[in-house]
Amino acid sequence: MSEYNIIDHEYDVVVLGAGGSGLRAAVGLSEAGLKTACISKVFPTRSHTSAAQGGISAALGNMGEDDWRWHMYDTVKGSDWLGDQDCIEYLCKEAPRAVLELERYGVPFSRTKDGKIYQRSFGGMTKNYGNETVQRTCAAADRTGHAILHTMYGQALKHNTEFFIEYFALDLLMNNGECKGLIAWNLNDGTIHRFRSHITIIATGGYGKTYYSSTSAHTCTGDGNGMALRAGLPLQDMEFVQFHPTGIYGHGTLISEGVRGEGGYLLNSKGERFMERYAPKAKDLASRDVVSRSIAIEINEGRGVGNEKDHVHLHLDHLDPKVIKNRLPGISESSRLFANVDVTKEPIPVVPTVHYNMGGIPTNYKAEVITLDGTEKTVSGLMAIGEAACVSVHGANRLGSNSLIDLVVFGRAAAIRAAEIVKPGTPHEKIPENETEKCIDRFDKFRNANGENKTADLRLAMQKTMQSKCAVFRTEKTLKEGINEIRKPFDGMDSISVKDKSLIFNTDLVETLEFDNLIRQAIVTMDSAYLRKESRGAHAREDFSKRDDKNFMKHTISWCNGSETKIDYRPVHTSTLTNEVQYFPPQERVY
Amino acid sequence: MVQINLPKNSKVQKGEYFKDKTGSKNIRKVNIYRWDSSTGKNPRIDTYEVDMDNCPSKVLDLLNKIKNEIDPSIAYRRSCAHGVCGSCAMNMDGKNGLACTKPHSEIKGDINIYPLPHLKVQKDLIGDLDTLYKQYHSVEPWLKNSAKNNDKENLQSIEDRSKLDGLYECIMCACCSTSCPSYWWNGDKYLGPAVLLQAYRWIIDSRDEDKKERLQKVADELKLYRCHTILNCTNACPKGLNPAKAIAEIKKMLATT
Repeated sequence: MSEYNIIDHEYDVVVLGAGGSGLRAAVGLSEAGLKTACISKVFPTRSHTSAAQGGISAALGNMGEDDWRWHMYDTVKGSDWLGDQDCIEYLCKEAPRAVLELERYGVPFSRTKDGKIYQRSFGGMTKNYGNETVQRTCAAADRTGHAILHTMYGQALKHNTEFFIEYFALDLLMNNGECKGLIAWNLNDGTIHRFRSHITIIATGGYGKTYYSSTSAHTCTGDGNGMALRAGLPLQDMEFVQFHPTGIYGHGTLISEGVRGEGGYLLNSKGERFMERYAPKAKDLASRDVVSRSIAIEINEGRGVGNEKDHVHLHLDHLDPKVIKNRLPGISESSRLFANVDVTKEPIPVVPTVHYNMGGIPTNYKAEVITLDGTEKTVSGLMAIGEAACVSVHGANRLGSNSLIDLVVFGRAAAIRAAEIVKPGTPHEKIPENETEKCIDRFDKFRNANGENKTADLRLAMQKTMQSKCAVFRTEKTLKEGINEIRKPFDGMDSISVKDKSLIFNTDLVETLEFDNLIRQAIVTMDSAYLRKESRGAHAREDFSKRDDKNFMKHTISWCNGSETKIDYRPVHTSTLTNEVQYFPPQERVY
Repeated sequence: MVQINLPKNSKVQKGEYFKDKTGSKNIRKVNIYRWDSSTGKNPRIDTYEVDMDNCPSKVLDLLNKIKNEIDPSIAYRRSCAHGVCGSCAMNMDGKNGLACTKPHSEIKGDINIYPLPHLKVQKDLIGDLDTLYKQYHSVEPWLKNSAKNNDKENLQSIEDRSKLDGLYECIMCACCSTSCPSYWWNGDKYLGPAVLLQAYRWIIDSRDEDKKERLQKVADELKLYRCHTILNCTNACPKGLNPAKAIAEIKKMLATT
């Protein structure tokens, strides 16, 4: 390791990731007077928050009566009762304040006639505990994530947040089960940096790129999740992978649920509005897992459209062109670019596409990472927020527009909790060198790898396996095959090759390190899915088609050492945070 | 003394030629600018023969295909792959754009791919945007509003909000600024179209109370008036925005206030 020049830094708090949640945390930490570093492998506005379209949920009641308790009920039901209701209460109660804060930061929300924030309908969002649809999703046309991300970056600039941009994080620094910081590689000049911090906040997003077809960016490789696994920490509920009902067929580009929120609907090859059969009340605005399964059934039963009958049509050509122009300009552009479709005249060809990971690093509602050691225990010095975290507020299925609100509510919560724990300027204790050596050894091994297997080939094998064995519908047989098959690309890393040996913007090595992160998450996803012998939310087993509350009302906790996993469970929280709302007991979930 | 000749290391040389190994009958030649600062060598153009029968439609797909199947060492930025993150801005067939939205079928003959013009190259197709990011910070891209009421949003009419359309969509890909000859010459002082469009986005926001100060801050011979309405910026914008118009609006506001 002598070859590498290691540059040391000391901060009160280090935030890893500069998307919506990382930036919100960084702003809060700066406000609290904590010396904060925000590290990101991409320039902040390139983060995948920019791709969020439809909106951000909060019971503001700008379009009619609303109540955060109704939002909470919808989220609990959407989660198929796997979400922890204390955390969901916190999310929904804090949501209106968080959206108003965003507006005051300058987010260019669309407006109502009275000049208030415009809100649209979204899947699973209802009035009065499931009775009728409500307009709760606050929107900046169909570019809400972009608008929020750029505004949050502006706030971070306002607070002079210290950024380390285009730094690729390698590993956490752990000592006796506590997190003491992390090591990162500066792509700009090839140097290695060791960040000491009292608290490290992981905000690295999801790991959609484990799948062949996803709406995720190339950079969605769940690096923080991979780092947690290597540090001996578990991930939670990894089997719950959300398929968005409407990715553009053949390309995977997201078409916002906001399209259906504004009145768009799905048709099969017979011209039927098939969602009426699967969700008589909510129809096209049922929750995402329900709509994705319905599309999959239509296709499986031969009612798909196109030559291969392998997708369906999303119509918005009946909508007023003014509505399309003002509220859905982004998806009009995407449809033109990637499906060659004029949405005012033709339907968009769509198919369920991997979109979001409900699973991630387990935390409590204060964003502190927890692990399981007999009972729930917090991991000192470590927090996780955003898609990287599993609070769990989304349980087995996230409702559309609940992810953007998750980012800002828990980004803020993390900053508040960190300010309670850390006194600014507290000195750092000495930590043993072996953690650094271990990290550099791994880095150096990959950098000098001269084996037979190209990273791109191993990644493709992983993606194809996940796509075919761990899809919308799963069975004992496919998952069992998947468990064996997914380990092959992992074993292939023993003889991996990295052609580029340089240290400056070595994207060959970056992709290899990202693959190492991805494959571990793919393995725990597959194993967790195999062991959950029930259907709940996004996890649909053909051989166990019912939800089994007796045996599986619990969170999956998964560790991974090499390709060996250890799976355990922890109970779902059965109480709320305060007396302002009562626990919602499990019900049958119909839309 | 003024240096008349270009530095020695700026001469671009002929690089490696990667012949097709698939036996495809539908081959296109792709010429890519390569440079690795750590080798001490001059930049070069590598040429790749690519099987177009198995290549999706966009230039980014082509680059990914080359990186995955032919040469993993080639470096470029990319992320969202559908034109919202702004990472994969580069110069394709002589024109700036996003590789993820540019169809390679629109390019005739060999496909030439270079980094964005007039940036310091960090490696291959990756340019250094640090100056532009600092200039962005200098226009203070955050809302300035003294309202203390935390329980309500600032009200904004639909009409006032619509003034932000065509501005807030900017993805800061830098296609416009790096296509502007004025920015090429005075990029250290002239703010350039991308940053001026962002400046105008805050000047025109009805919620912002700092309009006058913002205008005064950019009212500068070099920061603003280096724009000579060449309109390369508007021509280059992959999102169909009009930075030249935004700059003209700022000039107009300064002339009339």
